[in-house]
Amino acid sequence: MFARKSNVFLLFMAVNIFLLALVFGHASYGEKNALPYLRGKAQMVKRIGLSDLCLFTDARYARHPSMADLSTPFQDHPMSLEHFPSGTIITPPPHLRSK
Amino acid sequence: MSRFNKQRNILDFTLSSLLRRRTKNSALVIVYTLIVFSLASVLFFTQAIKKEACIVLQNSPEIIVQRIVAGRHDLLPADYIDTIRAIRGVQSAKGRLWGYYFEPAAGANYTLMVSEEPGVEVGRIVIGQGVSRTIHANRADIVPFRRYDGSYTSFEVSDILSSESELVSSDLVLISESDFREMMGIRGEYVTDAAVYAKNKRELFMIADKIKRILPDTRPITKDEILRTYEAIFDWRGGILLVILSGAVIAFVILAWDKASGLSSDERREIGILKGIGWETSDVIAMKFWEGAVISLSSFSLGIILAYIHVFFASSALFEPALKGWSVLYPEFRLVPHMDPLQIATLFFLTVVPYTVSTIVPSWRAATIDPDTVMRL
Amino acid sequence: MIELSDIRKVFNSGKPNEFVAIDGITLSVERDKVLVLKGPSGSGKTTLLSVIGCMARPTSGRITLSGKEITSLPERFLTEIRRKSFGFVFQQFNLIKGITAMENVILPAYPTGEGFSVLKKRALSLLELFDLSERAFSKVEWLSGGEAQRVSIARALVNDPSVIIADEPTAHLDTKLSKDFMEIIGKLKVRRKTIIIASHDPIVYESAAVDRVLEMRDGRILSRATRQ
Repeated sequence: MFARKSNVFLLFMAVNIFLLALVFGHASYGEKNALPYLRGKAQMVKRIGLSDLCLFTDARYARHPSMADLSTPFQDHPMSLEHFPSGTIITPPPHLRSK
Repeated sequence: MSRFNKQRNILDFTLSSLLRRRTKNSALVIVYTLIVFSLASVLFFTQAIKKEACIVLQNSPEIIVQRIVAGRHDLLPADYIDTIRAIRGVQSAKGRLWGYYFEPAAGANYTLMVSEEPGVEVGRIVIGQGVSRTIHANRADIVPFRRYDGSYTSFEVSDILSSESELVSSDLVLISESDFREMMGIRGEYVTDAAVYAKNKRELFMIADKIKRILPDTRPITKDEILRTYEAIFDWRGGILLVILSGAVIAFVILAWDKASGLSSDERREIGILKGIGWETSDVIAMKFWEGAVISLSSFSLGIILAYIHVFFASSALFEPALKGWSVLYPEFRLVPHMDPLQIATLFFLTVVPYTVSTIVPSWRAATIDPDTVMRL
Repeated sequence: MIELSDIRKVFNSGKPNEFVAIDGITLSVERDKVLVLKGPSGSGKTTLLSVIGCMARPTSGRITLSGKEITSLPERFLTEIRRKSFGFVFQQFNLIKGITAMENVILPAYPTGEGFSVLKKRALSLLELFDLSERAFSKVEWLSGGEAQRVSIARALVNDPSVIIADEPTAHLDTKLSKDFMEIIGKLKVRRKTIIIASHDPIVYESAAVDRVLEMRDGRILSRATRQ
């Protein structure tokens, strides 16, 4: 009629810890499983000669950050709202600033 | 055993005491879980992308040489490639032809790239999943393109790139060289940029330096620099993290402030009673510790689990608007799950520890009050 | 059982608002007897109770409990002695709101580290003793004044102390409940508890259960009237 509260909480935490362990397990299993796909992708990058990930397609400096020009009008970092939010997320690549 | 029992007893009281303000405390847990959830989602998402970029872009060209005219990326004269090829240590140098194409009907931007992939020949193109989705083009469909001079041409879709590769290929249109030149009006003596490979990987930097000296209007970008770009974007200081983090952190500071700004007179009174009936200062502090720990541990573990589901099972659905932005063509990708224990530990120390401490600290003084205060309550 | 010798308690010592609450009291509290401290408010009754109950240290003087000197003990030991030897009944009952009567009764026993089922059983039997079995799982704010008073007595007894200290226990009770309270005190005396009550309520100090009444004024004991 009256489950001890600390037991309920400890049980709840035990379930959580179990789920966290499951998450870790799933991640390492998934990582192992994904290796062939990653290799396939890497092969494609090599064949076509790609230089960037396709995350944003709204501006060319966001599509190919590593190929960007510092003087691209849209690369007025920070807070270039023309392309939001990619404009605020993509910073000019470090090699442009150091050279 | 009795020590363990004691803590469990104190935990019992703490839970009873938390349940008294059920609405307030569940709201607290919900807000807190949301904060951990968004922080963890961002962390998982950026880490997974970083990791993927690191593996996949390992195979990108070792050096890409661009020509810069008036501060802008310009076409590279093909004879530059011969000059580069003549540099000692260069294994091969090849012109890359690529560019962007804006499709006015859909409002989408494609990346057009000349390639010799199977299926790409004169009049036939291979497209990425994103392109296929945006203009509803399937294999054997005819897709019209606008030439540089305003006239139209069209190509047959011979193949669609696999959906697993979407993170690198979503917006690609692979096209033959002659079609590309004819469509864009780029004469044969120009290419977009050049991909250079070195005989010895350790000489990359030296070769890049040499190219810059021999061809002063060029800019060589090494593979390391490409990889570093992604490190920088998904660095905790950079971009996406900062944007989402700042909101979460501000919310958390408000929460902690509310806690740290002191105890209510009711709480003070209760601590007085507990001291009066024989609780030690350390018992009161243990109770306050549990109060912080119960809320922060529950929220932390729930937040982490939900974030994992969000990022790796639901394809970061909540980030979609952030990634989409103005773009019409949006890559749909599933990230490879990746959990870093160090990351989780960092998150733990950034959320659970400060919260628990900020619960204990204001009660410290109240916990040391003289037990006889209770006689005057 | 408890010996006080030349106890003084001074608040704000050395400051302009210095206040002598207890001014040299020497007193011996007998085992299994009921002692009442009577006197107007501000006479030092409450302060004397808290000094006897190890809640506050005297400014000077010595206290021995069952022959053991306790004035010089460090805080931690003092708390333990207090928890084991004394049960307190406060004027305002001082129950913790929002939790059940049963949990309130167990509260002083939590830090002892005893098992929960043992404590629960003990608390329930104490509540039964005071006719509160049906109210055991009600929240304390739903209890009547008399019930709350009895819960607070049950709480004082949960660690089975030898001494019960009660400060103005009838201040918030009507005549009938006050008489009931003194009846309970009589029962506790039979159970061999030493009881010290501070009160200026005639129902208390004229009660048949009381063995000894001391009148206090300005931090001193005036008379040494003993009643049988």
